[in-house]
Amino acid sequence: MKRKQEIQGKSNQKRNWLRSPLLRAFAALVLVFLIGMMFNADGAFFKWNTHRDMLRHISVFAILACGMTLVIITAGIDLSVGSLLGLTAVLFSLFSLQKMWSPLLALLACMVIGAALGAVSGGLVGRFKIQPFIATLAMMVFARGLAKWVSGGQKISTAVLQPDGTYQYVDVPPIFEFLNSKLLNENIAVVTLILFACVLICWVILTKLRWGRYIYAIGGNEEAARLSGIPVIQTKLLTYGLSGFFCAIAGICQAAQELQGDPEAGMTYELTAIAIVVIGGTNLMGGRGGIGLTFIGAMTIGYLEKILSINAVGEASRLMLTGTIIIGAVLFQKTRK
Amino acid sequence: MHSGHREALLQMEHITKSFSGVKVLEDVFFDLNQGEVHVLAGENGAGKTTLIKILAGVHTDYEGDIRLNGQPIRFKNPHDAAESGISAIHQDMSLINSMTVVDNIFLGREHTIGKVWMDFRTQKERAQKLIDQLGIDVNLNFPVEEYPVSVRQMIEIAKALAYDARIIIMDEPTSALNELEVERLFQIIQDLKQKNYGIIYITHRMEEIYEISDRITVLRDGKRIGTAHADDLSPQELIQWMVGREISQQFPDRTPSTGKERLRVEHLYLPDPTGTKPWVVEDINLSLNSGEILGIAGLRGSGKSELFHGLFGTFGKIPDGRVQLDGRPFRIHSPIHSIKQGLALLTNDRKGTGLVSPMNIIRNISLSSLRKYSPGGWMQFQEEKIAAQNHIEAFGIKAQSMHQEVETLSGGNQQKVVLAKWLEIHPKVLLLDEPTLGVDVGAKHDIYALMNRWTAQGMAILLITSELPELLALSDRIMVMHRGRSTAEFINEEATQEKITRAAMGDEKTYEKKTGNSG
Repeated sequence: MKRKQEIQGKSNQKRNWLRSPLLRAFAALVLVFLIGMMFNADGAFFKWNTHRDMLRHISVFAILACGMTLVIITAGIDLSVGSLLGLTAVLFSLFSLQKMWSPLLALLACMVIGAALGAVSGGLVGRFKIQPFIATLAMMVFARGLAKWVSGGQKISTAVLQPDGTYQYVDVPPIFEFLNSKLLNENIAVVTLILFACVLICWVILTKLRWGRYIYAIGGNEEAARLSGIPVIQTKLLTYGLSGFFCAIAGICQAAQELQGDPEAGMTYELTAIAIVVIGGTNLMGGRGGIGLTFIGAMTIGYLEKILSINAVGEASRLMLTGTIIIGAVLFQKTRK
Repeated sequence: MHSGHREALLQMEHITKSFSGVKVLEDVFFDLNQGEVHVLAGENGAGKTTLIKILAGVHTDYEGDIRLNGQPIRFKNPHDAAESGISAIHQDMSLINSMTVVDNIFLGREHTIGKVWMDFRTQKERAQKLIDQLGIDVNLNFPVEEYPVSVRQMIEIAKALAYDARIIIMDEPTSALNELEVERLFQIIQDLKQKNYGIIYITHRMEEIYEISDRITVLRDGKRIGTAHADDLSPQELIQWMVGREISQQFPDRTPSTGKERLRVEHLYLPDPTGTKPWVVEDINLSLNSGEILGIAGLRGSGKSELFHGLFGTFGKIPDGRVQLDGRPFRIHSPIHSIKQGLALLTNDRKGTGLVSPMNIIRNISLSSLRKYSPGGWMQFQEEKIAAQNHIEAFGIKAQSMHQEVETLSGGNQQKVVLAKWLEIHPKVLLLDEPTLGVDVGAKHDIYALMNRWTAQGMAILLITSELPELLALSDRIMVMHRGRSTAEFINEEATQEKITRAAMGDEKTYEKKTGNSG
C-alpha cells in the first residue's frame, strides 16, 4: 500500500515537472534558439559576438523586467518603468555632465529618486487602493513630464551650453565609459553583468527573504494575506519602490550607452518589459512566477529580435512577427497547463 | 380561507439531484397554483436552493418531471426558463448596478426596431407602467446603484414582470430590508397574488412565513418532509419539521474546564461596512472564559460573522475600551494588531479569505507566523518545514507531499491547513466561523476533537456554525443573534434546537434571557 503510494507520488512528481513553468519557458527559448540555428545568416548566429550583443541589447529591458516581475507577482503592474528610465537617464546626465557631481553621488541620487517615485506608486496602490494600472499610468505621465521639465525638453549631452551662448564639449566621464564597456576580452558587456546582479537580487528577495513570501502571498490572495497579518501596504510600497530602483539602474545604463540623457528615452519600454515577464511565464493574475522565468523570457525576446535583425528582416515585418510570436509563446504555455 | 379551486401552474415530481455522487435532493414533490404564495422552508443545506435552481434552469441534469400549466417541460438553460415565464429574484441580485433602471429591466430582452436599433420609447413606456404598478418612485434614467437595496429589490421584481413571468421565485427577499420596506414588499406580493401570479417564497423568518404564505413545504436533508396549508401547521410543528433530524453524527465527549475570563466585550457596535444600514452589530456584550466554547447562533444576516470580523480588525479601527483580553484592554486596529495580541480568525470563506491557493501546504501554515521563521528577514526553511511537518501530523492532514499546492487538497484537509496556520500563532482566543463548512464527516470529527484538546489547554473559542446539532454538542454556552443584536443566551443544558431557532428568527416570546437594552 505504502509502496503504491510512493510510486503514485513519483509519477505525479514527474508530471508536475513536465508542467513546470520553468521548463516550459526554457522550451520556448530552445525553440527560438533552434530557429536561430536554422536561419543563421551565413553563420553569424554561431559567433559569440552575436550572443554578447544580444545580451547587451536586452539588458536594459531585462533590468526593467526584474522589478516588473516582482510587481506582477503581487498581482499589480508598473506602467511607469519607461518614463522613470527616461527621467533617471536625464538626471544622471545632468548631474554628471553639467553639474559635475562625483559619479557616486550622481548614481546614489538617481537611485534614490527612482526608488522614491516607485514607492509613491506603491503608496497609491497600497494605501489608497488605486488600481495599479491607473496609479502607475499616472506616474508614467508625471515622470515623463518631470524628465522634460528638468531637461528643458533638450537632450542632456556632452555639449554644455555656456553662459555666453556657445556650446562647449566636456569630456566623457569615466563612469559613462565604464558602464558602456565590455569586460573579459570584450566578451561580456558591463550592462549585462549589471543585469545579472539585478536578477540575483530579485532571486534572493523572492526565494530567501520574508519579503518574497509576502509578495507571493499578496498576489496569491490579498485578503487572505491581510487577514493572516501580512503588512500589505508596506510590502507594496517596497516592491514598487524596488521597481523604481531598477528603473534608475536601467536609466543610468541607458544614459551611458547613449552618452546623453534623452527625455524621450524609454518610451514604450514598459510594454517590452511586460512582454518579457509574460513570455517568461509569470502569471499576470499574480501569486505565481519567478525571476528565472523572466530571465529566460528576456533571452527569448532578445534572440527573437536578434535573429530577425541578422537576417535583415525589415522593421515592419519584425514588429508583426514579434507580436505574433508573443501570442504564440503565451498560447503554447497555456495549452501545456 | 382558500378561494376555491385554482389552476395549477407548476408541478415538480420525483425530483432527484446529485452532486458528484452525493444526493442533495431525493424524490421531491413541489407544486404551485395560480394566485398562491408557497413558502419553501428548511435549514441551510436542506436543498431549497438546488430545487429552485432546477426550476430556474440553472441545473439541467436532474431526474424527475416538471410540468408547467400541465405540459411537461425541461429547461436547457436559465434563458429557457425565463422565456417560459419563470423568474427568480436572488439574494445576490442580478442587477447591473452601473446601468440605468430601464436598461436593467429589459436587460437581455431589449425592445428593438428591426432587431438593431434600440426602441427607447417603448421600453420607457413599458418600464414606467411596471414601476407605477409596483407603486415605487424611481427615475428610470438613474443608475440602479443610486437606489437603496429595498428599491433595487422592487426593480428586480419589475424586471421579472417585464419578462411576463407567471412564476416568481423570491429567495430570502427581506434579508436586506427594514420593517417598512418589508411591509411594502408584502403589499406587492398580495397584489401579485390578486393578479394570479404564483410565488415561491424562501425565508428563514417565522413571522414572514405566517404572514404571507398559503402553503408551506418543508425540505430537510434533500427530502420533502411535508406540505401543509399555513393554517393547519403550527409554528411548533413547522420547527419540528425543519430541525427534527436524528443526530447521526457522533460528537466527542466534552468535559468543560473553564478558568478565568479571557475575552470580555461590552456594548460593541459595528458600523455596516456596506453602508446599507447604520449597524451590523448592535450593543453586543459577551464574556468568554479560558477553556470555554461559546457558540453563536443566528441566521444569515444576523451579524454573527461581522461580529467576528469586527473583533479581528478586518474593518479597521474601533474605539478602545469595548473589548478586554485577559483583563487588559484589547486594541482593535487591524488584523496584524489582533494577531499580535493573540486573536485568530478562521473565516467562513476558505477559498476567498483563508487560503493562498497558489502556495503549498508549508507556506500556508507559516503564513501568519513568518516573523518567527525569518530572523532578520531571511527565511529559515528547515525550521519552517519542521513546524509544518508537526502540524501535518498533529492534524492528520492527508497529502502526497507537504510541497503540494493547497488548491489540490480536499475541503477537510484545506480546513486543517488553515487551522494549523492559526494554531501557529498560539492564540489566546480563537474565532471559528463555520469550521466544518464543506468538510467531510471524518475530518469534522478530527476538528471537534482538536477543539476539545485546545480548550483543555486554556484556549477560548467563539464558534459560529449553522449546523445546530454541532452547535449544541460543542458549545458550553450559546448566544443567539438576530439582526445584529443578541436575542438570547443559553447554557448548554437549557438549549434546544427549537429555542435557538425561535430566538434566531426573532420570536420575542421565547426569549430566555434578554441581554443588552433594546433602545
